[in-house]
Amino acid sequence: MQSSLRSSLSRLVVAPTFLLVLVFVYGFILWTAYVSFTGSKMLPSYEWVGIDSYVRLWQYERWHVAITNLFIFGSLFIAICLALGCLLAVMLDQKIRIEGTLRTIYLYPMALSFIVTGTAWKWLLNPGTGVQAFVRDLGFPEFTFDWLINEQFAVYTLVIAAVWQSSGFVMALFLAALRGVDQEIIKAAYLDGASLPRIYWGIVIPSIRPVFLSAIVILAHLAVKSFDLVVALTGGGPGFASDLPANFMYEMAFRRNQINIGAASAMMMLCTVMAIIVPYLYSELRGAKRG
Amino acid sequence: MASLQDLPGARGRYAIFGRVFLYAILLLFAAYYLLPLGVMVSTSLKSAAELRSGSLISLPRDFSFEAWGFAWNKANVGVNATGLAPYFWNSVVMVVPSVLISTFMGALNGYALTKWKFPGANLLFALILFGSFIPFQLVLLPMSLTLGFLGLAGTTAGLVLVHVVYGLAFTTLFFRNYYTSIPDDLVKAATIDGAGFFQIFFKIMLPISTPIMVVSIIWQFTQIWNDFLFGASFSSGASAPITVALNNLVNTTTGVKQHNVDMAAAIIAALPTLIVYVLAGKYFVRGLTAGSVKG
Repeated sequence: MQSSLRSSLSRLVVAPTFLLVLVFVYGFILWTAYVSFTGSKMLPSYEWVGIDSYVRLWQYERWHVAITNLFIFGSLFIAICLALGCLLAVMLDQKIRIEGTLRTIYLYPMALSFIVTGTAWKWLLNPGTGVQAFVRDLGFPEFTFDWLINEQFAVYTLVIAAVWQSSGFVMALFLAALRGVDQEIIKAAYLDGASLPRIYWGIVIPSIRPVFLSAIVILAHLAVKSFDLVVALTGGGPGFASDLPANFMYEMAFRRNQINIGAASAMMMLCTVMAIIVPYLYSELRGAKRG
Repeated sequence: MASLQDLPGARGRYAIFGRVFLYAILLLFAAYYLLPLGVMVSTSLKSAAELRSGSLISLPRDFSFEAWGFAWNKANVGVNATGLAPYFWNSVVMVVPSVLISTFMGALNGYALTKWKFPGANLLFALILFGSFIPFQLVLLPMSLTLGFLGLAGTTAGLVLVHVVYGLAFTTLFFRNYYTSIPDDLVKAATIDGAGFFQIFFKIMLPISTPIMVVSIIWQFTQIWNDFLFGASFSSGASAPITVALNNLVNTTTGVKQHNVDMAAAIIAALPTLIVYVLAGKYFVRGLTAGSVKG
């Protein structure tokens, strides 16, 4: 009797959260999904018109640019963060005397807002005030580094700033994993005559493979969600050359009164995230059952 | 790892050379991470005249906090020359209740979901957790309609609601994982002693939750303080949080561009989370790994 009372109390305590999530997550997703099949412009209308907005979405050149940018930005961002994070973690793992200090320095950008990061890098990458001006003053008047205002290269400035902000975090993930690797195996390999790089490449790195997977999922997730950095660093420009899908969605929904297109692009973003997350969760849960 | 150095044969002339090389690279990377912040601080301390004459990495000759004062209460933010100050306080007023409410609810959820399991508790948790994965673009439109409907459009209270709702997945995750590691016997013993549901929560669970409480508060504080998407979508003009104000200040088109003021403003906006990171970095990292590896 007592325990059943407590069990219902338990349900009662979780109920508010459950209701909030039900409405504000699942309800809202359904709403957005439905609206993406309507002809809503400035105000939502609830008249079903079919896949019209998806057809129109894929006719926007701007959307194609945003998707291509996401692909370029995402793959470079993930690859460089992984390489850099892994390298830094392995180097920090060699009994470095000032490890704590270095770790703090590598990781602090993660505490910053992307708006702050974007503001700082916008200034550093601005040809008139930043690196280009600096190198020219050193006596190389021909030096050019104008990616920020270059239609073709603006998207790469996003990679520069995002890697600066997030690679330290990947380092922290890897370092934690390296600390869990079995010492005995490494010693045995060493006594067998394996060199240090070979031990890392052949034994240590493969044994922390799950962390690679987690890191890739987290970084991919960050990449799809990226919005603030674009706003602060390039403003999506020049023109819309460095737009990402999140910025496209915001532009359509809040500036251009194309609610249905905005909703359709948000649904495409959901599909992208699900394509990454669902297989990952599935493999994690199966792994948990086996283990 | 870390003990390759102790292995036989790992010391020698080459090893010493290797160590020097290793430290050099590590320090080089430290410079890479520090330089942008260093340049920001140094630029913010220069006067306008010095900014024009000096180079990017030259240190300020005479330190001037002029740009900081200007960014704080004189700079143009959008259309008004108010500086960042009112928006800084907007953020404070928004962050404090959001963090406290979401952390408290997360603690209660974690306690209920682990110590008083009911059928379907795990499924419920999975449903709550899913909310942390979705791109928030999905909820922007219905949320702005809902806030309008509730009469909260463009208010700080509205932003508090948004941040509480979308922070719950993380806070619940933190506390649930933490409470799973606390033995159930603790709760059973207290039950036999006649303690009730809430008594156990407040008298037994909360007092032993300090570490995870700190993790949750720091995580939520950083997330909400740094948020831009919700702030830009749901606030209007004077109620904007600091990230939105910073972006407006930097992109304002009125007046002469003052890079030292931009940099000072960016540092002001970053200072609270930076201070928290320096003081409690350990907990910050724990939140990052718990929040993202498991979440």
